[in-house]
Amino acid sequence: MSSPEFSNPIVRWIEYRLPVFSMLHHEMHEYPTPRNLNYMWNFGSLAGFMLVVMIVSGIVLSMNYTAHVDYAFASVERIMRDVDYGWLVRYIHMNGASFFFIVVYIHIFRGLYYGSYKAPRELLWILGVVILLLMMATAFMGYVLPWGQMSFWGATVITNLFSAIPLIGENIVTWLWGGFTVDNPTLNRFFSLHFLLPFVIAGVVILHIAALHQHGSNNPLGIDIKNKGDTLPFHPYYTVKDLFGVGLLLTIFMAVVSYAPNYMGHPDNYVEANPLVTPAHIVPEWYFLPFYAILRAVPDKLGGVIAMFAAIAVLFVLPWLDRSPIRSAKFRPVYFVLFWVLLADCILLGFCGANPAEGIWVVLSRIGTVYYFAHFIILLPLLSLYERPIDLPLSISNPSPSGSNA
Amino acid sequence: MSEPVHADGHHDADSGMDEGRRDFLFMATGAMAAVGTAAAVWPFLSNLRPAADTLALASTEVNVASVGEGQSITVVWRGKPTFIRHRTSKEITEAQSVNLGDLPDPQADSERVKAGDAKWLVIVGVCTHLGCIPLGQKTGDAKGDYDGWFCPCHGSHYDTSGRIRKGPAPANLAVPPYEFVSENIIKIG
Repeated sequence: MSSPEFSNPIVRWIEYRLPVFSMLHHEMHEYPTPRNLNYMWNFGSLAGFMLVVMIVSGIVLSMNYTAHVDYAFASVERIMRDVDYGWLVRYIHMNGASFFFIVVYIHIFRGLYYGSYKAPRELLWILGVVILLLMMATAFMGYVLPWGQMSFWGATVITNLFSAIPLIGENIVTWLWGGFTVDNPTLNRFFSLHFLLPFVIAGVVILHIAALHQHGSNNPLGIDIKNKGDTLPFHPYYTVKDLFGVGLLLTIFMAVVSYAPNYMGHPDNYVEANPLVTPAHIVPEWYFLPFYAILRAVPDKLGGVIAMFAAIAVLFVLPWLDRSPIRSAKFRPVYFVLFWVLLADCILLGFCGANPAEGIWVVLSRIGTVYYFAHFIILLPLLSLYERPIDLPLSISNPSPSGSNA
Repeated sequence: MSEPVHADGHHDADSGMDEGRRDFLFMATGAMAAVGTAAAVWPFLSNLRPAADTLALASTEVNVASVGEGQSITVVWRGKPTFIRHRTSKEITEAQSVNLGDLPDPQADSERVKAGDAKWLVIVGVCTHLGCIPLGQKTGDAKGDYDGWFCPCHGSHYDTSGRIRKGPAPANLAVPPYEFVSENIIKIG
């Protein structure tokens, strides 16, 4: 790498003591990015943007929020009615969580379609799954804070998942609660952790980006960069493209915040928490529905909990389940079909999770759950052995078939 | 200068005895670090447990004189809804006539009530699946297929003894520790 010469004397003074400008130059300007990235590659930077939106709006909200069972609900209503633009900041934070998950789920399925989890990007992928888990924990605890009925009963049901652990389960749940039910100690610690975890996420995001910059982005063809003609400097080409994506996301996001801010929420959460009455139909937020369906699909308490956690854990080992050396689904005719079936399966599980666990929904959620695990544990390993891929192109800049498969 | 030489003429660098001593020091230091870390972490983990004032709320006294036959009341014990039901003779017969082999969590009705007070059923009204409050306390509530309680969250059915009969819950509704202080006063906890 060549160190750039800076002409501005102040920049040179700082650079001599803290090489931040050469680092920026290296990571932004020299950093070679495949020239064929499509819009699916926008979602990484969009996820980073949403994290910033959530942290900024969350810090502002916390200045007017009271983490106490007697005041929490009222303090949120005060933010909505009395605090200047409080309604806006809260609706941004509330819908921001949904948009963060929309963006991240698209980002994940992009990775699945184009094989971005394969060597040498396994750790990059695993760090991403860690971020997903942290996001889920953060979102769950954040949903408890307004102390509505869904907050309370969501917290009760999810923390009770740990009671399925044999022998020590009940003790663990009491320890998590800091009492004998979800109560003030629980609300306080959830607030504390909800404040902390986004910064942990930011830390893992830095590692995620460091791992990304080691080997650079994957691309729609899934083949390695062969020469300089295959690449473009990240700045200005992709900074501009990413900014365009941010503009588009903001347009849709602010349309929802402005015109349908409660569309993705539940009316029950505008009823203050009542520890003696469970609402007739409790459901988690939409981004947890497929996992909730897997939990309910297994007719055994411990089994359901294990299946639900396994649904995410299986992603950690995905790079070793899919042994095919071809990354992009473009050149894997069978995987291409399986990818879309898996996506449909996840959407089906989402609908199963949203409906009461009765009749046809039980059957569908069981089929969906079995297929979900079969995709990763049975179909992908078999596919690596039997699938005949299509010829890969010679290089990113030369699309003629190479006549070889690797 | 040359390396330090011990009285017995061995150099530090190639002394077998000193290698062993170094390993010992290394392991002893590591063990002390592990113990110290555990000792430092413990207060922070223990800190999350129920505090003394939370534990102090552990018992509740209830007067059940006004609860007529076929009626239920819900009282709060340790922050949990606790159901006290004055059972009808039909409900008692139903609870006693069940074949224990058919139960997912076999327990005789007599083990769940006080001898001589079979009409009073005292149970923690928290579903043993994931902690929702089962319906069945109010007139008009769904009582499930076994005439007891029904949890709306994931569809667990409990019978007139609060035992699980159908659905995902693994255990019967818990019977809290309680005693009759006098004829009509129940002390729970």
